[in-house]
Formats: sequence, structure tokens, C-alpha cells
Amino acid sequence: MTTDKDNLRTKIQAAIQSQKRPTVTVLSSLLAIQDSIGYIPEEAIEEVAVNSNTSINSVFGVASFYPNFRFTPPGEHSVEVCWGPTCHLKGATEVLESVLEKLGLDSEGDTDDGKVSFRFNTCLGACSQAPVISVDHELYGNAKPDIIPNLLGSLHEKENHHQ
Amino acid sequence: MKYEEITSQATAEWADMTSGRVPLIRIGTAMCGHAAGAFRVVKALRKCLESKGIEANIQEVGCLGLCYAEPLLDIKKEGKSRLFFNNVTPEEVEYIVDEYLLKEGYPKEKVFGYIGEEGPVSGEDSLEMLPGLKLQHRIALRNAGHTSPYDINQYIANGGYSGLYKALTEMSPSEVIDEVKNSGLRGRGGAAFPTGVKWSFLVGSPGPTKYILCNCEEGDPGAYNDKGILESDPHTLLEGLAIAGYATGASNGIVFIRHGHDGPIERTEKAIEQAYDLGLIGNNILGTDFSFDIEVALTGESYVAGEETALMEAVEGKRAMPRFRPPFPAAFGVWGKPSNINNVKSLSYAPEIISKGADWFSSIGVNQSTGTAIVCLSGDVNRPGLYEVPMGLTLGEVIDDLGGGVTDNAQLKLLQTGGPLGGVLGPDSKDIHIDFDEMRSAGAIFGSGGIIVGSDKVCAVDLTRILVAFCQFESCGKCFPCRLGMEHLLEIVERISNCDSKPGDMDLMKSIGGTMEAGSLCGHGQLGFGPIRSAITHFEEDFRLHIEENRCPTGSCDRLKIVPKNTRPYATDHIAGE
Repeated sequence: MTTDKDNLRTKIQAAIQSQKRPTVTVLSSLLAIQDSIGYIPEEAIEEVAVNSNTSINSVFGVASFYPNFRFTPPGEHSVEVCWGPTCHLKGATEVLESVLEKLGLDSEGDTDDGKVSFRFNTCLGACSQAPVISVDHELYGNAKPDIIPNLLGSLHEKENHHQ
Repeated sequence: MKYEEITSQATAEWADMTSGRVPLIRIGTAMCGHAAGAFRVVKALRKCLESKGIEANIQEVGCLGLCYAEPLLDIKKEGKSRLFFNNVTPEEVEYIVDEYLLKEGYPKEKVFGYIGEEGPVSGEDSLEMLPGLKLQHRIALRNAGHTSPYDINQYIANGGYSGLYKALTEMSPSEVIDEVKNSGLRGRGGAAFPTGVKWSFLVGSPGPTKYILCNCEEGDPGAYNDKGILESDPHTLLEGLAIAGYATGASNGIVFIRHGHDGPIERTEKAIEQAYDLGLIGNNILGTDFSFDIEVALTGESYVAGEETALMEAVEGKRAMPRFRPPFPAAFGVWGKPSNINNVKSLSYAPEIISKGADWFSSIGVNQSTGTAIVCLSGDVNRPGLYEVPMGLTLGEVIDDLGGGVTDNAQLKLLQTGGPLGGVLGPDSKDIHIDFDEMRSAGAIFGSGGIIVGSDKVCAVDLTRILVAFCQFESCGKCFPCRLGMEHLLEIVERISNCDSKPGDMDLMKSIGGTMEAGSLCGHGQLGFGPIRSAITHFEEDFRLHIEENRCPTGSCDRLKIVPKNTRPYATDHIAGE
């Protein structure tokens, strides 16, 4: 009988094995796992350590260094608000307020129903369209606070539509 | 395949495609287009063409530089010039398709202009007369907006890989280095070190395994030109990398990109695959005895990973923390092998320098700053964009002519250049030329090319707070003067911004800044006080009002203040067993 834990390990191993880039490292393996299952569970730290022939300590050291890794399962949807200087000048604060209000959050984190994960992004790379937010990895430029309720309103109901 | 066969096939394909025999629809889907909704437009377009049974060739291209006009749709019909439509929404797609493709009419409400020898389609102006294109001199971005990054043949048909071919067949490695040295090309990553000289450091290092690393970490808020090149025309970088490999005797190239920047990653990897298929990289390139491999490596989100030794740590899969130097990368680099790190822009110039010669390149630009500047113009300007202009333009020309002036007819207050560590300039900076040395002596750097414009509605203390918060968030933590200093500086700036400062705060900041400069291993800590120092220099009045009169001149500091702090909350929870 396979348990959920076994399934998780199988998924983690598959993510490590399926990397296509020639150079495989601790970091590349962790990124592949996060891409595949959305977070870094304890089992992933162990599997990467075994696979890279290194210690659990050093793998966790890498995982905890980069802020894009998370250690709990993410919500079904992701929302990111850019807080870089250009976006800040162009009104990111008002957009952020609107997002936090809509999601019922005080800062970074997951909504109570676990559907949406919100985080800051230091630069989404589209400064010429500032302020920029990202919803399920789709970018929305020139974002105004009043578009937020509609944009995020449906996230709690619908399935992840991003292809 | 022989080089001549590759080019003749590519040229024939290109001629047929651009004839417009089958209408050719190009749409900008680089990050600026993406954020403006280009993918939603592409989706609507495909659906619309399918439902109406119209045959057309849709090509996703890069950025023409006019980010303010995105999504930018460009339709080429047989016998007509390319007709451009700006700020297209998914809802407007049907109108354009109906009018221009179905009824052979003219959708004049959405027309932006034309480009082409055939002249105007129906009386519209030439786009090339717009300051945003007229003032540009595109070298690294020469194909951006014209060719598809997904198709190597479009690059080859426009002279692609001819620089590499020339280097391999007509020049010795030392001649290639001399050509780059003579061109006066300086590194575009921030330090402005002569690229040819940097390459020569690697020549004498023992082989056979040597690396050329290309840095597209580009975590600087306000800069998007590296990603712009990779998304618009990744082959120009690959060709430049291979030329650098040949010149220095390197065996491997690594393109280093931040995880999450899917467009640049996907397009670069596709380009690498296609270049391997045609034998333009790999073993015995174009039948010569030169072999060179290229791969993509990803980093997690870390600004310091853009520092050259931290970058090597990240490539090896470790924490992106800088190493001690010496040993220098040319002797002991990634995996302990000799390495050379270049910025995307620097490498992307190499193909044209080799094809057209050092004299051609050095004739562009001014003084010791030859070639072009790739400016990422953003903030309070009417026409933000990605403009490649000759070095030597003044900042005033960039803001007023390219950028169309400050938004809402407001006054210019400040310019933030060269990334968050670069510094801010005041409204009297319009006469400063874009020249590495002139900008440095003015107290700012050109850096990687970001120019953020702030109008008089911006409070310098508020902006400084964001810059310092960024530097605090991104400190890697290796050197304590930076790790603790940034945190302390942020606390003080927040106090000032809250009109709650303590006596002596300004002096305390200067003292902390001095310690950071003296006691940090890399530029992040050494330059971390830069944003505050330049803000105090140019905007002392803003600081004084907060400290002495307890008020913010623009009200910006009264708004909600939440910034992410570098405390790694998830990691701490995890350790605590939550």
C-alpha cells in the first residue's frame, strides 16, 4: 500500500531525475522540485541531500537562502505585487492595499481558505508598465487599485486556469 | 551543413515570409508586451482568425523599444508597408482583422504608423520619424521587434552568425580580442571595465575546461534590458558568447538567468537547441576545429547573485554569497576552473563589432564611452521604453525627447540611475551626458541602464526608504557590516520617514555607511550607503522637513508602509516545527 508520503517522495524523485539542463546541482534540484510540487517539504531536503551526496544542513542552507522557496504547500493561485522603486513611484502602495483588503491579509502569506498565496516581488521585469502585479504568473501592467476586486474576485472559486 | 547553405535557406524563407504573400502578423510579447496584455491579444487573434477562416502567419517578436505603445501589433500584407497598431486590446482585435484583413479596408482608429519602403498604406506617418525610433541606434537590439526569437533562420537571414563565421574563418583568437579592445567596448554590467581586456585575462589560463559566464541575473529594479535582449533576440547573445569563447579559448558558456523569468529562460533554451541543430554551437562549429557548448543555469531570487563570485557560487548550486578575491575568476572560477563573467549587453555587441569592425563601433558614442547605451526608461515619463541610443545623449534628451517629458506636465524632481545602489540625481542633472565617466563624476552611475524618473509629487525620503529596504532585503548576510548595517539604516530611514527621527540620526547613518564601505566584501555592502548619500546631497530639504518640521512635503510618507523584510519567515517557521 502506498501512502501520501510515498507518493510525495516519488514526485520529488521524479522532479530531480527529470531535469533537462546538463548541470544538476542542489539549487537546480530544489528549483525543479518547487516547480513541480510548489514547495520544499522536508522529504525534498532529504532526497536532494542523498542525490547530491551532501548533508541535509547544506541543502537546507541553500533552500532557506533564496526567498522564492517556500516550505508549506502553496495556495492554488499565486498573487505577486512588485514593490520595486518604479512600481512604488507609480502607485504600487495603493494597489497593494487593494490586494491585501481583497485577500484579507496583513502582509505576505496565504488566505484563510488556503486558495491564494500572496507575496512581494522585488522586480517583475516590466518596469515600463509599472505598477505591475502577477496573478498565476500572468503579468498585469499599469495596474490600478480599482481593477483588483474583479481580477482577484474569481480566484476563490475557479480552478487554476493557467496553462 | 555548410554556412552558405544555412544562410541561403534562411534568406529564402525570410524573403517569402516578409513578402506578406500570407499576411504576416507580428506582435511584441517581451515582458513589456506581456504586462500590457499581449498574450491575451494573441489568444484573441488566433481565435478570431480561426473563426473567420483567415490564413495568416502570427509571429511573436520582441520589443521595438516603444513599451508605452504595447501591445503593438504589426501587419504586413503583400505590396504594402508594415502597418502598426498600438495599445491593442483583445476586444479591438476583431475590428482590426475585419477592416484590414477581411474587407481590405483601413482600421484608421487604431493605426499607429507604418514602416517600409512601400510608403504609407493610407496617409499615416512613418513610425521611424517618432523620436522613440529616430533617436535610437540599435546594435544589440538590432533585430528586436523584427525577428522572432523562436526562429534561428530569421536571425541568420538578417546577418546572424556572420560575425562568428568571420571570426572562425578569417581571424585568429588574438585578432578577435584586439578588435574588441580597439572598439573601446566597456562592460555594460555596471563596472564599465574594458571587455577586450577582461577577455585577455582568460587567454593565458590553463585549459582545456574554461568558462565564459553570461550574467542575466538582472535583479535590479528599473532595468530590463538584459531580459529584453534574451526575449527579443537570444541568438545575438549566443553568437557573442561563442565569439568570446573562440577569442579566449574557453570550452563552455553558461547563461545565468533568474528563476521565474520564464520568457527569457524559455526563449534562450529554444535558441540554444536550434543553434546546436545547425552546428552553430557544439562540436567543430561550422566545420572548424573550434568546439563550444552553451547551457542555461538558473538562480533563485537573489540580487547579490549578480556579483561575479556570488554568481559562480550560485552556478555551483550554493548560496549566492561572494567569495574572497584573490584568487580571481580568471584563475579560479566556477567549479575551480578559469572563468570570465560578462553582462548580456556586452556580449551581444560582439557579433556586430566583428562583422562591421572596431572602427565602426568606436565611431559611435563619445569620449571613452563608445557604442550605444541601452536605456530602460521608466517612472513618471509619458513614453517609458527600452531605447538603445548612442552614448553621449544628455539625460534631458532622454527624458524629454525619448520619454516625451514628465507625466501630467509635472516638474522633474529626481532621477534614479544605475540600479538601487546607483544613486539619485536632482532636477539640475538634465545636462549630464550618458557617459560612464561623466555620470560617475556627477555622483551617479549609468550602471546597467535603468533610469527611473520621479516628478515633483515624489518624496525623496520615501523613495530612499524603498531603495534601502531593497538593499536590506537583498543583503546576502555574509559580511556583518552589510547585514546589520542595512537593517540599521532601514530603521533610521523609516524613523525619518515617520517624522519620528532622533537627534544625530543623520550622522549615525553616515558612520554606519562608512563602516559598510570599509568592511564589506562586495559592492552590495560597499555601495549600500550610496542611495542615502546621494539623496541627502540632492534632497537635503526633504530630509530637513521630516526631521525639523515633522511633515512630508508630498504626503507620500503618510501612506501604508509594508515592505518585505529579509528574515526568511517560512524558514524560521520550519525550524520551529510549525
